[in-house]
Amino acid sequence: MMPVLTGIALRHLLARKRQTLISLLGIVLGTGFFLGISAMMQGSENDFIHRLIDNSPHITIEDEFRNPRLQPVAQLNPGAVIQMHRVKPETETRGIRNYLQALDYLHAIPGVAASPMLQGQGLVSFAGKDEALSLNGMIPKDIDTVSTIGTYMTDGTIKDLEGNPDGIIIGSELARVLSLERGESITVSATTGQMHSFKIVGIFHTGRASFDEGQVFLALKRVQALLDRPNRANQIIVKLNDPYDARDLALRIEDRLKYKSVSWQEASEDIMSTLALRNIIMYSVVSAVLLVAAFGIYNVISTVVMEKQRDIAILKSMGFHAGDIQTIFLTEGVLLGALGCALGLPLGTAIMFGLGQLVFKFPGTSQLTPMPIDWGWQQFAVAGGFAFVAAIGAAWLPARKAALVKPVDILRGAGA
Amino acid sequence: MSGTILKAEKLTRTLPGDVPVTLVRDIDLDIAQGEFLAITGPSGSGKSSLLYLLGLLDQPSGGRLLLEGRETSGLGENGLADTRLARLGFVFQANFLLPEFSAVENVLLPIRRLGRLSPAEAEARARRLLSDLGLEKQADKLPHQMSGGQSQRVAIARALANEPAIIFADEPTGNLDTVSSGVVQAILKNLARQKGRTVIVVTHDPSFAAQCDRIVRIVDGRMAA
Repeated sequence: MMPVLTGIALRHLLARKRQTLISLLGIVLGTGFFLGISAMMQGSENDFIHRLIDNSPHITIEDEFRNPRLQPVAQLNPGAVIQMHRVKPETETRGIRNYLQALDYLHAIPGVAASPMLQGQGLVSFAGKDEALSLNGMIPKDIDTVSTIGTYMTDGTIKDLEGNPDGIIIGSELARVLSLERGESITVSATTGQMHSFKIVGIFHTGRASFDEGQVFLALKRVQALLDRPNRANQIIVKLNDPYDARDLALRIEDRLKYKSVSWQEASEDIMSTLALRNIIMYSVVSAVLLVAAFGIYNVISTVVMEKQRDIAILKSMGFHAGDIQTIFLTEGVLLGALGCALGLPLGTAIMFGLGQLVFKFPGTSQLTPMPIDWGWQQFAVAGGFAFVAAIGAAWLPARKAALVKPVDILRGAGA
Repeated sequence: MSGTILKAEKLTRTLPGDVPVTLVRDIDLDIAQGEFLAITGPSGSGKSSLLYLLGLLDQPSGGRLLLEGRETSGLGENGLADTRLARLGFVFQANFLLPEFSAVENVLLPIRRLGRLSPAEAEARARRLLSDLGLEKQADKLPHQMSGGQSQRVAIARALANEPAIIFADEPTGNLDTVSSGVVQAILKNLARQKGRTVIVVTHDPSFAAQCDRIVRIVDGRMAA
């Protein structure tokens, strides 16, 4: 029976070629732009998260506590108002206590790589120029397991740091500003006043100018000595096989070690919220395009239903069910939606390809970045599915109206 | 003619509203199989309303209707539609052919909806029906390419598509010239007399009514004596 109903639906559409074509064009353009814009926005989001996950620690354990530690008397009397005078804070060298034990605990967790780090401020003076530096003291053999800096090396390798305890890896911008090359030596002074001479064993280039100018990597022991904080680390960097486990694992780690453990999701919560808001805005805008197109379909099918009252009446008098009539007009929506998708998705693919050819130089970077496009099947499914549902939704109301036509009401007034 | 095929008992149709309007009131009617029946009466007397009730296009407000001995009131909308499709055929004053479909495709619609024949058998039957009515050359023409008489004959062929037990014709010659009207009358008469089908015709034309086996006159929704 379906071919009969489909045949009637098809004839209705073909009998109004111009109207059908215009409404079809609406769906095609709507689907195409929906796909193009959605793929671009999702692509940029994926790219951003990818960079975030790759370039930042998945979990950072810091040498501070989320909540201040309570005095014993406050612990004994929870809820009580306690005033204490002349409390003298304990003077101690800052850093994570027993970080080696903490590392043992972390290494026992499957899928976890962890390494201690001591960060501090320093200054490099060379050829009459001073540059402030962020000193990253790490265990050289661990750097590749917890950081992607090794992938950005343009001269030398991370391994060169393993073989030279007095080695330093600097960024390309610092090298450019101070006219430095691999193999040259620089003197780094720390805020403690201590100074040490390091040999440049490698140069990295991430493309982020401030990072490439201000960050240097050295052996942990040397930074501990420079900052006068022996056997201390002020961070433990954790990388996970599955970065999306970070939030749960950070809670577990903080519960165990008590030190503040920040997952990449927590650290980027404001940005993630912005991305979610951006997605809502984007989908609202592109959905509006398809909704307008759906109104075109509604208009065509509604007109057909108005014009075809007699045909509907005669079909029903012949013995077609109300459901058959509804199916005919819904099929018109399905046909328009399917054809709209079939033509709109290739158009969207062309838009995606075109957008993918665009390259930009973002502020703060020194290299050209291509427009990230998400080519995942989900983009095609969402665009096609939304267009299809919009087309069927637009057809449903007039189809329902057609199904409710009472043949006698039409036949009584259609004698002439 | 043999036994009763359609029986109306106190059949009444009242349109609800602030001022209810009774279209047909207390109609008692037995129609025999193979009978050629005319329903006549002045305009607005309720002839067509009675035809729609007898043809299961409308449902009575009172009384009951038995088709081939079966009560029709409990059939439901889809049941009534299925009965119309398989057992009843309709011809109206306007031919109501679907304009996007050729003559043969119009005849094929009810056959394909019923779905009892293969596509080839259905096509063969549709073409034979058109041929029987002298329309073999018009079979592939669209309705606007045919005359009024030809279109009305296609409508008759469509009404006969599923070999119905009863054919209902509502002023089938009302829009036709004298020659075409004569042809249509002859076809309907032939269906009753030669093919043994029950034909119920609403008509204003006394000469057409005179050719029928029986004339039922309706005045103000009631059967006139």
